[in-house]
Amino acid sequence: MQDRSDLMNFIFGRLSWDAIPFHEPILLITFIVVALLGGALLGWITWARKWTYLWTEWFTSIDHKKIGVMYMVLGIVMLLRGFSDAIMMRIQQAISFGDSTGYLPPHHYDQIFTAHGVIMIFFVAMPFITGLINYVVPLQIGARDVAFPFLNNFSFWMTTAGAVLVMMSLFVGEFARTGWLAYPPLSGIAYSPDVGVDYYIWSLQIAGVGTLLSGVNLMVTIIKMRAPGMTLMKMPIFTWTALCTNVLIVAAFPVLTAVLVLLSLDRYVGTHFFTNALGGNAMMYVNLIWIWGHPEVYILILPMFGVFSEVVSTFSGKRLFGYASMVYATVVITILSYLVWLHHFFTMGSGASVNSFFGITTMIISIPTGAKMFNWLFTMYRGRIRFELPMLWTMGFMFTFVIGGMTGVLLAVPPADFVLHNSLFLIAHFHNVIIGGVLFGAFAGITFWFPKATGFKLDVFWGRMSFWFWLVGFWVAFMPLYILGLMGVTRRLSHFDDPSLQIWFQIAAFGALLIFFGIVFFIVQLVVSIRRRESLRDLSGDPWNSRTLEWSTSSPPPAYNFAFTPRIHDLDAWWDMKTGGHQRPVEGFKAIHMPKNTAAGFILAMIAMVCGFALIWHVWWLAALSFVGLIGSAIAHTFNYDRDFHIPAAEVARVENERTQQLAQLASVS
Amino acid sequence: MSVRVLRGLSVTVLLALLGACHAVVLKPAGDVALQQRDLVVASTVLMLLIIVPVMVLTAVFAWRYRASNKQATYKPDWHHSTQLELVIWAAPLLIVIALGALTWIGTHTLDPYRKIDRLGAGRPVAKGAETLQVQVVALDWKWLFIYPDYGIATVNELAAPVDTPITFHITASNVMNSFFIPALAGQIYAMPAMETQLNAVINQPGEYEGFSANYSGAGFSNMRFRFHGLSEAEFRHWVQQVKADGGSLQRADYLELARPSEREPVHHYGKVADGLYDAILNLCVDPQQMCVNRMMAIDASKNSGGHADMVMNDMTMDHDTPDHADRHPE
Repeated sequence: MQDRSDLMNFIFGRLSWDAIPFHEPILLITFIVVALLGGALLGWITWARKWTYLWTEWFTSIDHKKIGVMYMVLGIVMLLRGFSDAIMMRIQQAISFGDSTGYLPPHHYDQIFTAHGVIMIFFVAMPFITGLINYVVPLQIGARDVAFPFLNNFSFWMTTAGAVLVMMSLFVGEFARTGWLAYPPLSGIAYSPDVGVDYYIWSLQIAGVGTLLSGVNLMVTIIKMRAPGMTLMKMPIFTWTALCTNVLIVAAFPVLTAVLVLLSLDRYVGTHFFTNALGGNAMMYVNLIWIWGHPEVYILILPMFGVFSEVVSTFSGKRLFGYASMVYATVVITILSYLVWLHHFFTMGSGASVNSFFGITTMIISIPTGAKMFNWLFTMYRGRIRFELPMLWTMGFMFTFVIGGMTGVLLAVPPADFVLHNSLFLIAHFHNVIIGGVLFGAFAGITFWFPKATGFKLDVFWGRMSFWFWLVGFWVAFMPLYILGLMGVTRRLSHFDDPSLQIWFQIAAFGALLIFFGIVFFIVQLVVSIRRRESLRDLSGDPWNSRTLEWSTSSPPPAYNFAFTPRIHDLDAWWDMKTGGHQRPVEGFKAIHMPKNTAAGFILAMIAMVCGFALIWHVWWLAALSFVGLIGSAIAHTFNYDRDFHIPAAEVARVENERTQQLAQLASVS
Repeated sequence: MSVRVLRGLSVTVLLALLGACHAVVLKPAGDVALQQRDLVVASTVLMLLIIVPVMVLTAVFAWRYRASNKQATYKPDWHHSTQLELVIWAAPLLIVIALGALTWIGTHTLDPYRKIDRLGAGRPVAKGAETLQVQVVALDWKWLFIYPDYGIATVNELAAPVDTPITFHITASNVMNSFFIPALAGQIYAMPAMETQLNAVINQPGEYEGFSANYSGAGFSNMRFRFHGLSEAEFRHWVQQVKADGGSLQRADYLELARPSEREPVHHYGKVADGLYDAILNLCVDPQQMCVNRMMAIDASKNSGGHADMVMNDMTMDHDTPDHADRHPE
């Protein structure tokens, strides 16, 4: 590095061959495997001549349904990465006892737990909720797309660009070694001088733009684009939870952006917001990041509460019990989620009254959450429950989540938190709610709406295998962590002295192995279902006998969703139409005004990614150039007036007639 | 069904395991940790009052109203009941009111800043009883303990007489850590340029584990120390031993010690530089550095107006370039 010429330093910034981890066998092998698999995939796409198809039908698509599917694919791919990190940690902790230091030195291990947290929250859970909302909400409210279709595509690619930057840190340089919230002073330039924290900052900033814009987009969509007759209190419960989540996103994510900007200023230009010199204070960072961070967990769980509500109601063959109280509960949680952030650091020396206040506000959240639980329970009461896959995941959720909720309230009692904070009990708690709530919710949602998106159901056998391995795996992996927490064992340790702890970590590692099979069987389920799609085919568009509007369309729905905007008279609009003798219109079709695909979102996000990469490596000329390019491209895009087109009436009529025939054929068979 | 079997199994396994392992959080040796344990148990029991019925009802409803059971009542349009909704909201509310009261009282009595008033149940602290003062500094990656009343200091070894109130004054040299001895009391963060406090008492003699509970970088996993609960006589002997071991912790020694190191062996210092802890707390062990409290005093006097010219900023900071240092404060 030192003997490099000024010119080289100017051109490459901090980037040099040293940044490539040739000396790390694990990373090198990972890289080779990724390169081979990636190469094979790209080769296959080329061989099958699918590039044009992918580009025109998917990458540049502004159809909310396709963007929703792409979000889900992103979430699944990143789940594999996040889980690889998890199983590596589990193995390290299971073997690193006494004289053995395991196979991961702290330098590597510390990156892994940081990356695991960042990836699972930002690039798995967030894409899953955004993907589900994107796909389902416009259909549920009888809209043809979201309010800002181009923005939707741009948001997706910004999220993906952030994910790509995180992945890049694996092979070029390194990731942060700070924990997933990167508390200063540790994340400051003095204690983390290398590129890790910069990767963290810029991947989250770029993905954050995507999340914020998609939040605005979906919020506006829900407020402005509901079908006539769908008053707020006739809105499907999933749409309600989606609305609340997007309100939270719009209010919370700017705080994350701001706090990361302040951290960047500390790192890049030597300000002292969070250092100890010149009056800075790291606790400001801790407060700000949790003012975003706590609402974030409700951003993740609220839409899943919506999913479970739809699933319970559909598979119990019953209207949702206590719809109004469900809505109020959701809104109360939304508001309260801003009044609890301090419970993440009771142990930082706040006074007893402050701690009590935040402890009690936290407990109050369990009241609406408890009410929701009872509402699902009484939806099942006097129902006719079909234990199809989505319902199975929901049952798994109900049994798992109550325990996670209970340990959460326990942690909200400040004196209890003093002994459990930062312990493995805490780790078990939040995995209990995030896996048991968010992930099970995502799987319930995927299995529930998969037939809508593709026209065929998911294979039941492999679905059940996946479910049981996940459920049992979860308990085997995390029960030991609850116990270890009570034994006073804390998080983020890469080595232990006390041999009596080892058995628990070995059990936990075995649990992780079971979860591994849960994931493998999920992938198998996808592959088997695609291969057997003809026998799993659903022509009705309503395979579960569901209640909300998205099930009134064909599966997959036409590009324009609804040939005629439906009129809403009741809460369960589709159930109302089915039972009220609604006749599907078969003539009088008109041309439909639709937005046009554009490559602008993809291009802008790629430039943003280059800009992020340049900033991480201090390649200032490239950062400046790409930033100017970014602004320039955005402005240029505003001059693109060729943004919309009309699907001709004849085309609409053709699609709708096909559907009419499909339904007639179905009726004659049954 | 299988769900129920699983749940029953997990509960049994949990109980068996908890009995088998030495869960220090559930069986501590200090009164503060003991009261915290009681609160953990009481809160859990309180919540189980609602959790258990919910889980049982879930299983019962799932079984009874399964689609294949055609005997069960089916009411597809039943979706509202005011009485039931009242119960649904009231039941968690009542639990939270009880838990909230418990929390308010518990948080105030177990406030780490509050001097303890009992050594154990029914054993109030005697009037005029002495409190052991310990200054704790989290370093990269070891612990420094200064005993101001005895003029001694140790690294990675802490000792205290049993049944004597202890006040810890806690800070850190550069990054955040968390000072945690599970057998003694709950943790509290150690943060640079800030002091937190912890009041506790150890009731049973013995050797306990202490460590940092907050990740602080590469050497974090081995940032552990031993905490000895000693009888009064043993403790006096221990203090004499530390003094006899010689060793002196002057400012230069501290700066040397503060450099990052892992698995640091126990050090004893019979002498400690005057005001070392305050200097550490104010980030000015190095005499070239301006103390944080002094800087804040200057800022405060500026903000209150008037006296800015009288307080000369006469020391440089490490971030000051010569250019800046020459300039007078406006």
